[in-house]
Amino acid sequence: MEEQTKNSAPRTLLLLGDEAIAQGAIDAGLSGVYAYPGTPSTEITEYIQLNATARERGIHSRWSTNEKTAMEAALGMSFMGKRALVCMKHVGLNVCADPFVNSAMTGVNGGLVVLVADDPSMHSSQDEQDSRFYGKFAMLPTFEPSNQQEAYDMMASAFEYSEERCLPVLMRVTTRMAHSRAVVKVAAAPRPENILNFEAQAANWVLLPANARRRNDKVTAQQAQLEEDAANSPYNKAPQLSAQGGKKEPLGIIASGIGYNYVKETGLDLPILKISQYPLPKKLVRELLDACEKVLIVEEGQPFIEEQVRGVYESRNILGRLTGELPRTGELTPDCVGEALGIPARLGAIPQLVAARPPQLCQGCGHRDVYSALNEVLKEYDNPRVFGDIGCYTLGFLPPYRAIHSCVDMGASITMAKGASDAGLWPAVAIIGDSTFTHSGMTGLLDAVNENADITVIISDNLTTAMTGGQDSAGTNKFEAICRGLGVAEEHLHVVVPLPKNMPEITAIIREELNYHGVSVIIPRRECIQTFKRHSKAKKEQEKKEQ
Amino acid sequence: MKTDIILCGVGGQGILSIATIIGEAAMNENLYIKQAEVHGMSQRGGDVQSNLRISSEPIASDLIPHGQADVIISMEPMEALRYLPYLSPEGWVITSSAPFVNIPNYPDIEAIKAELAKLPHVIAIDIEQLAKDNQVPRSANVILLGAAQQALGIDYDKLEAAIRSVFARKGEAIVDANIKALGIGKEGKGM
Repeated sequence: MEEQTKNSAPRTLLLLGDEAIAQGAIDAGLSGVYAYPGTPSTEITEYIQLNATARERGIHSRWSTNEKTAMEAALGMSFMGKRALVCMKHVGLNVCADPFVNSAMTGVNGGLVVLVADDPSMHSSQDEQDSRFYGKFAMLPTFEPSNQQEAYDMMASAFEYSEERCLPVLMRVTTRMAHSRAVVKVAAAPRPENILNFEAQAANWVLLPANARRRNDKVTAQQAQLEEDAANSPYNKAPQLSAQGGKKEPLGIIASGIGYNYVKETGLDLPILKISQYPLPKKLVRELLDACEKVLIVEEGQPFIEEQVRGVYESRNILGRLTGELPRTGELTPDCVGEALGIPARLGAIPQLVAARPPQLCQGCGHRDVYSALNEVLKEYDNPRVFGDIGCYTLGFLPPYRAIHSCVDMGASITMAKGASDAGLWPAVAIIGDSTFTHSGMTGLLDAVNENADITVIISDNLTTAMTGGQDSAGTNKFEAICRGLGVAEEHLHVVVPLPKNMPEITAIIREELNYHGVSVIIPRRECIQTFKRHSKAKKEQEKKEQ
Repeated sequence: MKTDIILCGVGGQGILSIATIIGEAAMNENLYIKQAEVHGMSQRGGDVQSNLRISSEPIASDLIPHGQADVIISMEPMEALRYLPYLSPEGWVITSSAPFVNIPNYPDIEAIKAELAKLPHVIAIDIEQLAKDNQVPRSANVILLGAAQQALGIDYDKLEAAIRSVFARKGEAIVDANIKALGIGKEGKGM
């Protein structure tokens, strides 16, 4: 992470795409960032947490419990006239879809940017959904930077535009932008924050049907304006077309986001329409189509532009992911884009002896001991099923543990175990991490308690959000109280320390609770080995200083 | 000038600190830089890589095309082989020769050495051993960087200066250890 210093001269910094976004937001007068950690978006909030200006100004940057609470808090800040940023990974947008879509109906007061980092090729995710569809669906303008400098510059533009049109702006990046560094020129000094301003029209913010209908008409009518804005946006670049004498260019390109870079990498001199602001400006697209025999559409993610351009008319002249010129799924590479443009990739082979090296739970990780104990007990049953969740412990699916039978979305372990139990399965076990439990597991546990479902819930508590690098976990020190509060019986609520020496105790408790036909919660608690190492090191350094 | 570098190894081996030093040196030279990293799930003991591109001209793609990397710097010998499809025909491989075995089906190390020996330009060094022998146990990765210096086309002095600024916060002892490690790598004898 970049050392933070306050300077008055214009500066250049070597920044990750995520860090460029964070710096851009701070320099645009941000008053609060709200987020739940999720790869590849996590570093935005982390950067703001450590930034000197942000600290000095008291910019809000604490982690939220989930994306929905984050989105709503950001909307509340915008209502008060201040600039707010909410960050998440693509699947997080599903979690906050309700406030996100409805934020188009309320509109905004202070600028509101919803930053979503998509993960095509699923480096660290369950699906490769493309957030641009959400932008269109919610009728919101969407920005998509193609490099780190543009990501930085766009933050100021996005906040201004949000305030100009009184709508949130969706900003979409993808893994390679989020997690790639480049030199970025940044402003000499940050813009002041907006002042507190209660003047927003209250009727817009109360989405009773009568108000919502009025707003729906307004936002629908605004769409033509948004499209015109996109056509005139400095981030959308149309090529110089000289279709004089009716002679068409043989091939034109529509490239969005980082797809643009891969086209540029080929060095070919082609007419390129670069798209970085939506709604898709149909005027610019038509001009390109009219001037070219064929058009190749190069976009990172799903064929969002391509489907709009093709419509139902199966033109042979519009090429892309739907016609096989580019792979239908997965992220783009300079190789596949080069091949689509007639440059054969120099594909060599990996020597056969090279073995796969999948990620695994760290040596010394408490989740390992939890799975060892669970597997030992479950051997005694005919058809046990273990419903997993999202986090490091999802790696328990892999050898040597092969311990979980499902992993769908945040919190699904508890509710799926309940559904399976309702269907007649026994024993049904849910395993969920501490941060995932407070993110989306608590409501499911209440369902289970209310019906006294025959399930055993293991909240594997490592005191952190480990998978994303060890961020604070919202429920630390509160889990027993939360479970009691939701109605879990005291005698079926256990805390254990997952260490090999405690195996007899842990297995005995698991066995006993599997055989209890109601809701039990077992909380194995031991700090994540990674954060433990970090904390021990910091403690040693502190002690050295004090000596 | 333009140098495309693949840094690779196993999660936790410290490839990103090598990238930081090269990045700092390149930035001090006012070169363009793109460095794509891997964060998240794959960092947990799996194979990791970073694409680092430095150039005197603007760089378009964050990713290096196949067959175009000038240098592979690997903290682990089998991991060096994993990225061979990215290496240009005349490219260099600079790798640690010490295997990191955390999988049950790790191949025979002699077979790995034989594969490496087929390449035109390879430097394989037991950096872990060198680091221990020279009392810089935590700077094995910087020894590797020293060994890669010529292939990278960055002046030795520039790398040294970059080490000074990158490690400045951590105190003089750590700066000195890393500068010593860089020198050991430069002189180091590979296979």
